[in-house]
Amino acid sequence: MSENDNRPAWATYPTHTGEPAEGGVLGRRDAKIDGRARIVGAAVFTDDLKLPRMVFGKFVRSTQAHARIVAVDVSAALALPGVVGFATGAELPKKYGVIPVAQDETAMAIGKVRYIGEPIVCIAAVDEETAHRAARAVRVTYEPLTPVLTIEQALDPKMPHIHEASRKPSNILRRVFQEYGDVDAGFAASDLVIEDVYEYPGSTHVPLEAHVALANPEPDGKLTLWSSTQNPHYVHRDVAHVLGMREQDVRLIKPAIGAGYGGKCDPFCTDIVAGHLARKLGRPVKISLEREEVFYAHRGRHPTRMWLKMGFKRDGSITAIDFKAWADGGAYASYGVVTSYYLGVFMPLPYRLENYRFESHRLYTNKPPCGPKRGHGAVQPRLALEMHIDRAALQLGLDPAGMRKANCIEAGSETCNGLKVTSVGMRECIDAVVAASGYAERHGRLGPGRGLGLAASAYMCGALHPVYQNELSQSSVQLKVDRSGEVTLFSGTADCGQGSIHMLAALCAERLGIEPADVRVIEGDTALTPVDLGSYSSRVTFMAGNACISASDRVRERLASAVAAKLGVESSALSFRGRRVFVTSEPERGVSFVDAVWLAEEMIGPIGEVGGYKPHKIGSRFRRQSVGPSPAYSFTAQVAEVSVDPETGIVTIDKIWVAHDCGRAINRTIVEGQIEGCVYMGVGEALYEEQRYRGAMMTSPSLLEYKIPTVHETPEIETFIIETHDPNGPFGAKEAGEGPQLSTVPAIANALYDATGVWFRQPPFTPDRVLAALSRKVT
Amino acid sequence: MPDEIVLTLTVNGDKHRRLIPASRTLLDFLREDLGLTGSKHGCDVGDCGACTVRVGGVPRLACITLAAEVDGEEVQTIEGIGAAEAPLVAAFDKHVASQCGYCTPGIILSLSHLFEQDPAADDAAIRETLGSNICRCTGYTKILAAAREVAARGGQTR
Repeated sequence: MSENDNRPAWATYPTHTGEPAEGGVLGRRDAKIDGRARIVGAAVFTDDLKLPRMVFGKFVRSTQAHARIVAVDVSAALALPGVVGFATGAELPKKYGVIPVAQDETAMAIGKVRYIGEPIVCIAAVDEETAHRAARAVRVTYEPLTPVLTIEQALDPKMPHIHEASRKPSNILRRVFQEYGDVDAGFAASDLVIEDVYEYPGSTHVPLEAHVALANPEPDGKLTLWSSTQNPHYVHRDVAHVLGMREQDVRLIKPAIGAGYGGKCDPFCTDIVAGHLARKLGRPVKISLEREEVFYAHRGRHPTRMWLKMGFKRDGSITAIDFKAWADGGAYASYGVVTSYYLGVFMPLPYRLENYRFESHRLYTNKPPCGPKRGHGAVQPRLALEMHIDRAALQLGLDPAGMRKANCIEAGSETCNGLKVTSVGMRECIDAVVAASGYAERHGRLGPGRGLGLAASAYMCGALHPVYQNELSQSSVQLKVDRSGEVTLFSGTADCGQGSIHMLAALCAERLGIEPADVRVIEGDTALTPVDLGSYSSRVTFMAGNACISASDRVRERLASAVAAKLGVESSALSFRGRRVFVTSEPERGVSFVDAVWLAEEMIGPIGEVGGYKPHKIGSRFRRQSVGPSPAYSFTAQVAEVSVDPETGIVTIDKIWVAHDCGRAINRTIVEGQIEGCVYMGVGEALYEEQRYRGAMMTSPSLLEYKIPTVHETPEIETFIIETHDPNGPFGAKEAGEGPQLSTVPAIANALYDATGVWFRQPPFTPDRVLAALSRKVT
Repeated sequence: MPDEIVLTLTVNGDKHRRLIPASRTLLDFLREDLGLTGSKHGCDVGDCGACTVRVGGVPRLACITLAAEVDGEEVQTIEGIGAAEAPLVAAFDKHVASQCGYCTPGIILSLSHLFEQDPAADDAAIRETLGSNICRCTGYTKILAAAREVAARGGQTR
């Protein structure tokens, strides 16, 4: 660790022992161990499951944005042949939600509805078609209330409270205010101040698999629930809580998931109502949302209005940032409290900043609830910040790439708001995309209608502090070693397409000197797998990866001690590689991995081990800084090249170059796939995706109206992996699944300025907006 | 239209004769009646391509096709792929072109039709074909890489 010698102690905790890359698995381009099953349609998703006597649930959803429920008449529905029962919101009165301080949601509406599409009743029938017809036969009578639909209305104390119990003066879920350094002095010392307003639209995840739950009442009174969730642990907790069951009496199984991107982080009405109806009816109940319903389930990107003021010195250094954000969060909290922090806490990355103030409001409105979407809360402010940087560079006559590099924080530094940064590949990322795109030579020189734009960003690798404050492991992994040499790995993680199953197999194989395919991964089943907090906040590789190495190292110690006794050497003299355990200095002297397992079992008994991970307590200067600190941060730079048609206003993204500091690539192909998936979603948010409303009515609840990029709209993406070997990451790895999402839209916005001379401060950059801006510019 | 019909359908080489509701979609028939769950519900209105199967060799959206419409036809689903699709599956595997895997079976069937028509399909033809299938995970880069590799090999053998 010689290159880390001058880092503070918190930046050099050795999380795992042993020589990195000894097993020869790290950094390869292996196919995923679960790849073929997914390709040939053999992976089993929740909707693929079928149980004897299974019935289907279908929700009746609100047609009103804000109204009292006067009466619900299900008689016509129950009269239909094939209808077997129903459930109402009043049967499930307990409020729930992942964030303990903001549990404001019930499985279905009770007494009043708060958005169009909110579930009110669930009808169960012997087939889906009958359930659908029955749901349409339910009559709901409403007494309309004034809907709260905009940020202004949500802040207006004269408007009705969406949640009557709230003691806030208006429809505010959470206000956050933080101040570091002396912001006013920072502006006073600046040579240039830039201040502007940005509007970031709401968008949604669109996982191709809708939310599905299947519940089976067990003969012993327990419940088995299959759910398409990213967070089996939280669903487990909340389902048991709402159903009034002991957690140990609920078994939550996560089959293969047709992706989530943050959209399947919450417990949903599907999970709770399927469980409830199964117990009520005494038979299995499946609830599969239709595509339109997925748009109402939502939990997507918060539409956010932002005001950003930044002070700069002539040399491009930043003297102060003052930032305000108002997030239109919809009818329920979801993860909105966290959003209110994420809107501000990452702004001091990756540029040096001493004086920083931010204030955010996360608001309630009568619209489907917003929540965590890839890059949660950090995507919106990054657009404002990175456009401000380019604007400053232009006004100061500086090279935007050079200005960014000159202001990068260093590894081992602490930001003004107490984020401790263990490894930084920011400059290398910028260098990679600048060189590949020819940015230095081509930026500002492509002529009218064509442009290049650069943006950089940073993101977290899991939250240092868990949602429920405790001293327990945030990830845990259990290993069972069979006499055949097969290793079975049990983990509560949820692979939602990001490749965490393969990641776990690869890390285990790396430490045990076997192949990833020798490891069978059993995931996300509360009866079998130890707890992992879930697939959110880009935590899985970092936290479950470290837990996996810990468990693997314990197995390794056992095998090594047995082989060492047999060969008459010290355990430390042994290497694990190529399905063999051998003396490092005499590679021909050793035993096969299978023989090592037999020797160890003879000597010690059956081989099984567990490993857990929780971040080191690294302390903070700020007592209340509980959201934002992460054990490590990833960094990304991107250059976008765009063309703008002045006649039609159509923007074409010709190419995107992206470089991401993922610490270390456990599997290069999978890391690239994560980065490219982020860029793809960024392209969608930059040019097409916006949840539009007419009044309270969503106008785009289908794939026909809500446009997501197809292959035709997706630009060529050239990807560079930057490795900085984070001292606390599993073999140095950091996240790759969310960070690159942050800098795509600002890179495109900065390229649009290069092409048109207009700062577009409101995505998506649609033809009408582009044409309007160009015509204003001419006149 | 009668409420029920007798459907005769050859699926992946197996002949089936069933009494089904006339309103049954091909996708529901495959998934619910035959248990072939590799074809997926994505949008149920023909926007996403996750339900793509081949009918008489031609890609078709099973979610907006009534089973009755294809009475007497031969249907191939992802469960029925074989040696012809092996290079495609291998290339998808190698390039990790499938992340969550929900769209992948449909994409394999779309591309298998393309490469049957033109083993050395050019980039434009590959993109044209993939335009029928939405993938929300990959940004299409690895899917394109896999398809191009198959096309390049198809070019060599011609």
